[in-house]
Amino acid sequence: MGWRMIGNPFGWIQQQLMTLLTGWGLSQAWAAAVLSLVGAVILATVLLVSTFFLIWAERKLLARMQDRLGPNRVGPWGVFQTVADLVKLLGKEIVTPAGVDRFIYYLAPLLVVMSVVGIWAVIPLAPGVQGTALDVGVLYVVAVGAIGELGILMAGYSSNNKYALLGAFRAVAQLVSYEVPMVLVLLVPTILAGSMNLEVIVQQQSPMWFVLVAPLACLIFLITSLAENGRAPFDLLEAESELVAGFNTEYSALAFGMFYVAEFLHAFTAGAVIATLFLGGWRGPGAETYPILGFVYFLAKTLVMWFLSLWVRGTVPRIRIDQMLAFNWKVLTPLALAVLTTTALADKLALELGGNRLLTNLGANLVVALVTLAALRAYARAQRSKEESQRIGGLVTAAPVSRHH
Amino acid sequence: MTLLQLIFLAAAALTLGAAVMVVTTSRLVHAALWLILALAGVAVLFALLDAPFLAIVQVVVYIGAIAILIIFAAMLTRRVMQDSGRQTTRTWWLGLLAALLLFGGLVVLVLQVPGFQAAGGAAPDPQANLIDLGRSLVDVNAFILPFELASVLLLAALIGAMFVARPESRKPPGGKSGTPGGEA
Repeated sequence: MGWRMIGNPFGWIQQQLMTLLTGWGLSQAWAAAVLSLVGAVILATVLLVSTFFLIWAERKLLARMQDRLGPNRVGPWGVFQTVADLVKLLGKEIVTPAGVDRFIYYLAPLLVVMSVVGIWAVIPLAPGVQGTALDVGVLYVVAVGAIGELGILMAGYSSNNKYALLGAFRAVAQLVSYEVPMVLVLLVPTILAGSMNLEVIVQQQSPMWFVLVAPLACLIFLITSLAENGRAPFDLLEAESELVAGFNTEYSALAFGMFYVAEFLHAFTAGAVIATLFLGGWRGPGAETYPILGFVYFLAKTLVMWFLSLWVRGTVPRIRIDQMLAFNWKVLTPLALAVLTTTALADKLALELGGNRLLTNLGANLVVALVTLAALRAYARAQRSKEESQRIGGLVTAAPVSRHH
Repeated sequence: MTLLQLIFLAAAALTLGAAVMVVTTSRLVHAALWLILALAGVAVLFALLDAPFLAIVQVVVYIGAIAILIIFAAMLTRRVMQDSGRQTTRTWWLGLLAALLLFGGLVVLVLQVPGFQAAGGAAPDPQANLIDLGRSLVDVNAFILPFELASVLLLAALIGAMFVARPESRKPPGGKSGTPGGEA
């Protein structure tokens, strides 16, 4: 019993609780419902508590990338810095400005946090451990993100502040725009696995992770999830120097704390979704026999992807809203459409003609990538020659100028 | 009273209550938000009918796109903070009469459907349902024509929106130096 309990703690705990509840006289259905509720509460609590560690780790790592130390006073290596920040936020007064729409004002941060924690309901943490086995898990992730956008719009509207409203409009414009390539690219693992259920997608990554079969799709999904999260380089939404603080200008203390927590947790959640869809989730040597190992692999992959998004945050500057939207509609959406079409074609051809699925998909991705790079290069050259010709054309000269390219 | 019945009663009450609030509240943006709640209640009802795909698509399309569009339209075109007009017109009793007649007629019609009072049959397998839905959208004998027509309609709407929203065409730089305007 010892090894089995350690190897599969989730199943063991579930069995014990089930026998306990049915022993108390609850019917099977009601006992299952109570267990689901308990599981949901535990998952949400563990996530929200883990943001302590995440925020501290982010501040330390960002500081090291910027050649400084980060928090190091409160506790060994500054571990309790987040606790100190939380105590400060709890102690502040929640200033409700005059003229705000009270119910919506207090509901908005709840919706934003709910949209992030709700994604964890469909992510398979270990073999057989999934909040709910939805057959449309991939689409559910998109739907829950849409609820978050609604929360942001409600926050901006209810603040009775023109600039918060403008910030909310800009935020929703960015989020809705970047949803389009994200949904298109989310169809690629669906095609490769044949199902939208995240557990089935993880199980289908058995010979090869999907990142090796569809690298372009992974790249596009990484970029769009950075944009959906509002992290650099897409953090125009609530950067410290933009429109005061964007849609959360009028929020103080714990209400602001909830937006803060939602943003950091969303980075971790995006890492978990990428790890599930493209890096094989809980797959690894020995994961099926000892599910706890599966959980460890999943955690490691999630932390690697989270670190990658952190790395990007510490490296690149912010881009403007018009550059952001131009990049989305002119580059990402056509690229996502091309990737989706070629993956569907290549996969179907490989299945019908009996070729190697992995190599065919890789070849298709390579072709799309080369064509995109060539197109971008031609566009950049055309831009450069146009700028040069306009610069030279603007000079007032007496004699004609000969132009060397 | 099984759990499913309880959830159904709660979702139905939520949907109906939110729908009533949509038409009776005096502030326009509040009405839009109550509409979102009503649409979410409908999504729960879809899920209870073993149609998870439709439930999620309801959330993504109706709440995530259409409702946000309605809110944008309301916020950008009227002075929403001072928006509370009279809630009833002079002939409100006519509307009440018509609504009651319609409700009565619908109840009579629905009660005549055979099997309305019978218990529900076995639920189809959701995974097979999804595959069936996908196949029927591209099957020549099923719904491929409406599917393609809907795609053409969406494409026309997209092109129309781009055409309506593009800026004025740039004048050539006659006598002026420098780059005029930005790109569309």
